[in-house]
Amino acid sequence: MDLANIQNKPQLAGEEEIFDGANHQRQSEGVVANLKYLIVGVLFGVVFVKAEIVSWFRIQEMFRFDSFHMYGVIGSAVLVGLISIQLIRRFKIQTFQKEDVVISPKTFDKGQIFGGILFGVGWAITGACPGPLFAQIGSGFLAVVVTLLSAIGGTWTYGLLRSRLPH
Amino acid sequence: MNVFEIIRGPWPWYVAGPIIGLTVPALLLLGNKSFGISSTLRHMCAAVIPANISFFKYNWRKEAWNLFFVAGIALGGFIATFFLGNPHEIVIAPETQNALARLGISDFSGLMPQEVFSVSHIFSAKGVIFLVFGGFLVGFGTRYAGGCTSGHSIMGLSNLQWPSLVATISFMVGGLVSTHFLLPVLLDWVR
Repeated sequence: MDLANIQNKPQLAGEEEIFDGANHQRQSEGVVANLKYLIVGVLFGVVFVKAEIVSWFRIQEMFRFDSFHMYGVIGSAVLVGLISIQLIRRFKIQTFQKEDVVISPKTFDKGQIFGGILFGVGWAITGACPGPLFAQIGSGFLAVVVTLLSAIGGTWTYGLLRSRLPH
Repeated sequence: MNVFEIIRGPWPWYVAGPIIGLTVPALLLLGNKSFGISSTLRHMCAAVIPANISFFKYNWRKEAWNLFFVAGIALGGFIATFFLGNPHEIVIAPETQNALARLGISDFSGLMPQEVFSVSHIFSAKGVIFLVFGGFLVGFGTRYAGGCTSGHSIMGLSNLQWPSLVATISFMVGGLVSTHFLLPVLLDWVR
């Protein structure tokens, strides 16, 4: 596999955190430049609601194996994402700012198992992962503001307890 | 059936999935951004209540694009619901509908069951369990796992990262246990 174009940057302990949803662009961006991500988000939010991915009922259907819908959505999304990344690598496609595309590798730790299971439990209860939370609020389910605030509280609690949790 | 009616109806998976998948190259090429949403919760902590916790001491402004992205998701949800909304009840598998009816869920008029997620239940046992407890697990779990369905299941799997596969399997295990063992108890409790 040709990795020349995509630099897999190792995690630098304490110096540079690796986020999911990381920004690897070297040029800084102001508010106007950031508006393009808002527009992508709008399209994304519309799809989330129109395909009922934000629906508590659809998540129940998925976990009860009663419908292919959610598996089709996630499966075809991964397929398109995978082909896209392969094409970006193969043809050394650069960003619009003429930078090389950078994707951080995911490093394994036990958090992916423990945290993953805890999130899964919450996913089935709330019917939402973090993205759909925002779409549900936009759709007028204002009670979900409480869910979002509690999710922020959960993230904060993780940050507080991080050094004491198994990783 | 005209085009507007088709748009207002529920979109099939083979339309929605590929569009969601295209978000991955769109964000990479627009500004070298990796797709991932749960980190916005961390940025909000870092921006508002860092409380001298090292996990929240970083330059969150560099990651501000993600906050614009989720603001867009909320706006998109608003547009889809209030301008392109499906005029009919949600159609889900009859097996799920029957199973939920046995657990006391009978209102299928919207995307979420009003019996649980209506504003009037915020300060009741339902609110504490389904909103506060559930939301806490989503925020704590995704950060502990280092990502959610977008960061691991879509971005990570698209980039063939095996830790993301471990995370995705763990999400499913948690969800299955929750759906089949915990939810019946919780729904019975608040009925």
